Amino acid sequence: MQTTTILAQASEISGEDTVWWALLRIGIIVGFLLAVVPGIIWWERRLLSWFQDRIGPNRVGLFGFLQPIADGIKLFLKEEVVPDKVDRLIYMIAPAVALFPAFVILATTPWGPNTLLTPIADVDIGILWVLAISSLGVYGVVLGGWASNNKYSLLGGLRSAAQLVSYELAMGVALYSVALPSGSLRLTEMVQRQFEPLYGIEWLQSWFILTPFGLIAGIIFFICMVAETNRAPFDLPEAESELIAGFHTEYSSMKFAVFFMGEYATMLAFSAIFAVLFFGGWSPVPLNLEYLANLAANNGMGWLSSALTFLLNPWLAPVWFLGKTTLFLTFFIWIRATLPRLRYDQLMAVGWKYLLPIAALNFVVVAIWMMYGWPAMFAAFGLLILVYAMYVAVVRMPRAKKFGPTLTLLDIPANTDQTIEVTKS
Amino acid sequence: MNVETVAFMILALLAVVSAVGVIAFKSPVRSAICLAGNFFILGVLYFMMNYDLIGISQILVYTGLIMMLFLFVILLLNLSAPQMLQEKSYIRWWGAFAVAGALGIVVFSQVVMPLEWALSPTSNPELGTTKSVGTALFSNYVYAFEICSILLLVGIVGSILLAKRRG
Repeated sequence: MQTTTILAQASEISGEDTVWWALLRIGIIVGFLLAVVPGIIWWERRLLSWFQDRIGPNRVGLFGFLQPIADGIKLFLKEEVVPDKVDRLIYMIAPAVALFPAFVILATTPWGPNTLLTPIADVDIGILWVLAISSLGVYGVVLGGWASNNKYSLLGGLRSAAQLVSYELAMGVALYSVALPSGSLRLTEMVQRQFEPLYGIEWLQSWFILTPFGLIAGIIFFICMVAETNRAPFDLPEAESELIAGFHTEYSSMKFAVFFMGEYATMLAFSAIFAVLFFGGWSPVPLNLEYLANLAANNGMGWLSSALTFLLNPWLAPVWFLGKTTLFLTFFIWIRATLPRLRYDQLMAVGWKYLLPIAALNFVVVAIWMMYGWPAMFAAFGLLILVYAMYVAVVRMPRAKKFGPTLTLLDIPANTDQTIEVTKS
Repeated sequence: MNVETVAFMILALLAVVSAVGVIAFKSPVRSAICLAGNFFILGVLYFMMNYDLIGISQILVYTGLIMMLFLFVILLLNLSAPQMLQEKSYIRWWGAFAVAGALGIVVFSQVVMPLEWALSPTSNPELGTTKSVGTALFSNYVYAFEICSILLLVGIVGSILLAKRRG
């Protein structure tokens, strides 16, 4: 079993797991999150500016890398405006409550093979921890929105509550459909499950995203995690055009900065979890490198073998992991630059009518695969697609023809004072 | 005194403070937040006793969803601190004190006194794991489990039916 040899290599740091090790693990994660959030903000601003054909912040420091630090100092030194009739206690604690889930959600996520350095707690409820803590994320938004005593803020908070409760369900079901083949809710074991051969081919690793059910679950999870972090196109709680800034309209100075930090830290945390659950955690590529290294060594290509073995170095594991995390952060930003905001009814329809049923059916398909193997799974997939096609052909299409009014613009001359006629057919 | 005892004491203090906060605050939103915090700390206390699954269910279901719904309803109805809830009758005050005192004596004699020898809480680490709970649910208690799930399903369908009929 190759995973055990990787673990054996990683035991360079070893010893008894004491409280000090636990504190060190906590320190690593919290320190890393605090250190990296300005970097994420810089990355988002530069990327967005490139997407929009602008230059973006490039004056402070090399490539404008110190811009978020300058902004942070500016925010901390600004005058703090607290509106008169706020509920002061809740107004004060809301940003802290918003920041809390971002820092504890990574507690069960492994960064590498060494169990003394990551994760903070390798408990057998790893995935449930992620779900539970992400469901706490809504409190900061709702409390901030309510305590501000502003109708826009309250609307933002209420929208956020409804949105998170809706998308949590689909996210949970998507997660269970990869927990089922892993046979464990422990995130470390789910990573190790992804080192096993894919479709029985020995030089591939079965990252869940490469399996059909995992692909569907991964897409659903990604959509849900964008919704859970209140990012565009699901940023209705802070829709600038309708609600000014939603739940943080009345927040200024440091408290606004804390809300902002919470959002970016949560983005990072969810990207990391996505990498762990669907992209093989800390393995660099979906290839069984140890098998390939042995193969290369047997065929007299020693240099290739040593290069492949070097990639498996446990000290490089966090590099691969963080590389994937950065990739998914980039996806977040890419989506924000590309897609317009959803309408509220569209948001609810996507969550309840599409994501949740698809995730649930996917779960059934996984169960069929576990019981009867790959052929039955592909048959089940085929059957589902057939049923959906039938549904569209028999129910949806005739209904659309019957009820859907279509507007047809008549041939309009270029310059005319005539009113434009529109026929309804 | 080991680390776990210190952690337990801090958490227990927080749990008591938040529980008092639930009834001490006049604003319903503050009370609801205290209750949510209390549920969360209870979940952490379950973790300390090795009941991981119960603890995370506590946080996921109670703190994450049920209290969120409470809060949602309070916000939607826009309840402010009602003056009507002020108790004016002093006889009731004394009655409440008497009942609380009696309850306190019972709790003290039954729970706090035995704590003397229960300072280092231990439990079978296998008992609260997902595996053992799942095995129990799907072997010995499978009928009870399935009947419960049907009951829940009926509840869900019923609530949707009621909401539809009124709207």
